[in-house]
Amino acid sequence: MSTRLATGGRLIDRTKPLNFTFNGKRLRGFAGDTLASALLGANQMLLGRSFKYHRPRGLVGSGVEEPNALVGLGRSGRFEPDQRTTTTELFDGAETVSQNHWPTLDLDIGVVNNWAYRFLPAGFYYKTFMFPRFAWKHLFEPIVRRSAGLGRAPSLRDEDRYEQAYGFCDVLVAGGGVAGLAAALAAARKGARVIVLEQTAHWGGRAPVDGGTIDGQSPDDWIRNTLQTIEKMENVTLRRRCMAAGLYDHGYVLGYEQIADTTPGDGRPRHRLWRIRAARVVTATGALERPLAFAGNDVPGVMLASGLRDYLVNWAVSPGDRTVIVTNNDDAYRTALALHEAGLVVPAILDARASVTGALPDAARALGIRVLEGRGIAKVHGGKRVTGVSVCAQAGEGSVLEDIACDAVAMSGGWSPIVHLWSHCGGKLLWDAPRAMFRPDAARPPTGADGQPMAVAVGAANGVFALSAILAEAKDTAPAPAIPAPDDEAPMAPVWVMPQGAPDALRYKMWLDFQNDVKVSDVQLAAREGYASVEHTKRYTTLGMATDQGKLSNINGLAILSDALGQPIPATGTTTFRPPYTPISFGAIAGEARGEIFQPLRRTPMHEWHATHGAHWEPVGLWRRPYTYLRHGEGLHDSVRREVRNTRAAVGLLDASTLGKIVVKGPDAGKFLDMLYTNMMSTLPVGKCRYGLMCSENGFLSDDGVVVRLSEDSWLCHTTSGGADRIHGWMEDWLQCEWWDWKVHTVNLTEQFAQVAVVGPNARKLLEKLGGMDVSAAALPFMTFTEGVLAGIRARVFRISFSGELSYEIAVPASEGMAFWTACLQAGEDLGLMPYGTEALHIMRAEKGFIMIGDETDGTVIPQDLGLGWAISKKKADYLGKRAQERAHMANPDRWQLVGLETLDGSVLPDGVLALAAGVNGNGQKNTQGRVTSTYFSPTLNKGIAMGLVRHGPQRMGEVLDFPTEGGKVVQARICDPVFYDKDGEKQNV
Amino acid sequence: MLTLTCPCCGVAAEETELAPGGEAHLKRFGPGASDEDFETYMFARKNPKGVHFERWRHAYGCGKWFLAARCTATLEVFGTYPAQTTEPPADLIARIKTRRPDWEGCK
Repeated sequence: MSTRLATGGRLIDRTKPLNFTFNGKRLRGFAGDTLASALLGANQMLLGRSFKYHRPRGLVGSGVEEPNALVGLGRSGRFEPDQRTTTTELFDGAETVSQNHWPTLDLDIGVVNNWAYRFLPAGFYYKTFMFPRFAWKHLFEPIVRRSAGLGRAPSLRDEDRYEQAYGFCDVLVAGGGVAGLAAALAAARKGARVIVLEQTAHWGGRAPVDGGTIDGQSPDDWIRNTLQTIEKMENVTLRRRCMAAGLYDHGYVLGYEQIADTTPGDGRPRHRLWRIRAARVVTATGALERPLAFAGNDVPGVMLASGLRDYLVNWAVSPGDRTVIVTNNDDAYRTALALHEAGLVVPAILDARASVTGALPDAARALGIRVLEGRGIAKVHGGKRVTGVSVCAQAGEGSVLEDIACDAVAMSGGWSPIVHLWSHCGGKLLWDAPRAMFRPDAARPPTGADGQPMAVAVGAANGVFALSAILAEAKDTAPAPAIPAPDDEAPMAPVWVMPQGAPDALRYKMWLDFQNDVKVSDVQLAAREGYASVEHTKRYTTLGMATDQGKLSNINGLAILSDALGQPIPATGTTTFRPPYTPISFGAIAGEARGEIFQPLRRTPMHEWHATHGAHWEPVGLWRRPYTYLRHGEGLHDSVRREVRNTRAAVGLLDASTLGKIVVKGPDAGKFLDMLYTNMMSTLPVGKCRYGLMCSENGFLSDDGVVVRLSEDSWLCHTTSGGADRIHGWMEDWLQCEWWDWKVHTVNLTEQFAQVAVVGPNARKLLEKLGGMDVSAAALPFMTFTEGVLAGIRARVFRISFSGELSYEIAVPASEGMAFWTACLQAGEDLGLMPYGTEALHIMRAEKGFIMIGDETDGTVIPQDLGLGWAISKKKADYLGKRAQERAHMANPDRWQLVGLETLDGSVLPDGVLALAAGVNGNGQKNTQGRVTSTYFSPTLNKGIAMGLVRHGPQRMGEVLDFPTEGGKVVQARICDPVFYDKDGEKQNV
Repeated sequence: MLTLTCPCCGVAAEETELAPGGEAHLKRFGPGASDEDFETYMFARKNPKGVHFERWRHAYGCGKWFLAARCTATLEVFGTYPAQTTEPPADLIARIKTRRPDWEGCK
């Protein structure tokens, strides 16, 4: 059993016990524990179940590489699945639950998959998709969906908050081990602004566990002294619990800082995402130990030698009384020595190398530990816990030479430098064959904006493991010319399968990816089935696609693949390293951009009034506009109908402030607007208004609005509410990049003015009551404008109409918008005034056959399709979109064109439905001849009205079209004039 | 996440401040142009692996458009320059040729 030792543990504080639960069981750990060390110390070896076969799973490692020991952590609004216990610090009251089992962790029905492994091989999913066709949907998918997946997704809103921050530095050091600290100190002494990120809570990396001397000091002393020096330097920022998650273009580093994970609810942000710009990045990210592939290497109790050593030294946790070491290198002997020093038993060290001579093995032998040369593990015994191993010759086929009883196995297949950051942005790797590792190729680093290297790898991340060499290299942060061998270690021997001649029966039980259940046999099968690319094999077998992203499995897997393909490892290559290095929370990515501040909210000057008068909001770009003003007990439809009827009968008030208002001024402004609009704006007389259309250079209608000639050299261009910024940008694009010698100045004044539309038969009376200006038909005819004072407020009054009614739009300074709105409300009290919203606006414009950008247009419609040929100048030599509209398919009479549609039964057509035509197309789909673009119930006409685009539509007045709707029904509608109401315009001509 | 220096306001702007505008130095073809010329102007865009001249707007800064010469493969930035020009400045061309001796020049 695993247990807490009576003494030792360099990271734990035994005076501060902490209580926590696992699956409801109350357990105890110490301050300084991780969840993993506390669970292991409490004899909780079984921590979860694997993804596919539901095999029992225990801890393999002690850090970010851990694939198995994931738990659900927290409760209700702070519950989060798949939390890696090895990197989660223990805190008092932590609630954890195991995952991926039913009904319980100890008794899991899903383990039947384990016995069916021959039927769940590599590419299982793909094969179920392929044959038989019905089987995926009806048989496999329900089973897979039920049994797959790890943690359960949270169902409640996240109660925590998150934030983002920016950092800037000359040198960013990723990793706070010996190499990182030495590099940081060296850079800081040269005056650089330095940021050091360390993903764990502790400085110094592995050195304090692994031992040795640095500059004549013990690792712990050296780290303490170095930190003291660095902390006094103002140009260095040290940040623990902050992982360099990714390196991106031009020295952009994403840092993921865990702030309040162990103090939930204390008010601080849980995580902080750092967006750091570094001139140069030092990757001092260390290395990860690789597992060995032997049968039963996934049984709980089989751990990485380094991980086991960490639990022992850092947290005084013994994973077992009797630990067998299996290795292909000298480093694992450190674990044997540490176990021996803790008073635990090492029955044997199985070393795959034929001859073992180094200093470390000698030290083990001197302590009386059996060292078996040329030996490996044939098979691990045990189910939920290791009970023993069978020993075989590494060179053989697995014949058992001896059985050794043990309750833990420490394995080491060598070390892989952590090259993720180096690789994220294009840094290349080279294969170091003698040490069986990919390491950064200093000749092909990631490069920055200036084309110069932007990263340098140091220490174990660069394949440099000897402390003396690390120090020398890090001090000048230049790559070592030649990689020296570790101080006191003999060469390792690559071992990818143990024993090397293992038969199928053993290969079926050799795990590569512990979480996703990918075995040596799966990768070999993929190769036999033709998967020669490592990227394809990865996706076919799911090797390295689990939450650990193959930190333990990738190198072993591609070595197996290379062997199966009969090619050297560098010819196979690695899969792509993508950020983030380990999973980061969605909360950190979102930061504070959630809820009400997900995006900015634009408010008109009358926004608050709307809010307190029943506004039902409609989002329009970043604005909120009242869709309608609900009265007590009223439904949306009734409210909208009331507003339409009242506006047509008496007078309505609309907040039109969101309308885009761009002033175009200058000697060449007229010439410029003639290019921008399809019609002629330069000839518009001062004081007049003209409806204008803008097209893209590809000919399609892009925006519309009323243009006003304010003075000899200035025009005011109204745009759609959603289009103001886009159109202003469009103007600036042409002025800055094409016609930069034209003397034109543009200003987007949308937010500087409030605009109010007074609409309806009583509109003039209302303005007359406001007083200050002659608004008579003679003084202010249709499509003119005047400036003056209205209700004591400076105002521009435009006599324009989007409803067919007598209508004025009045622009006043934004600061006086609310005052003017109030004045209108007061003046309109006895004139039947009601405010109306955007839906009434839409209905009234549709009753008049006016198009709406975004309804009648969708980026494929030209003005000519909409019967707007009258607004296209025939006199102009050029305007944006003119050449495009001359193309043959734009002039094709078969294009769908705008018509009105009235249903035979008076019902409202569904939006967007297609009109059927005879026959079917090449895909067997019914042919179509038109579609509905706008459709409403007209309160004025008391029936459904619609506009649509129909093939040859204007020539087919009176024809009836079939529109299929949901449920197989067909609604019939007759083609008619799109102007449904007041065709002669008598209502506005008063 | 690129950084480009806006030649108008001098700010080294991060990509989040910038809006891309596609290929630079397009020649506009309007009414009277052949179908082929118009098609080229409207649709045919260079997509080189290597040196590329691009339009960018300092959208959340000074608002001005500018042009940039950039390697699409390594993201090396050779320089930025004002939009009010019909061809890249000579000193920029010279710098690119130093950095990319095999570059065949603007075509």
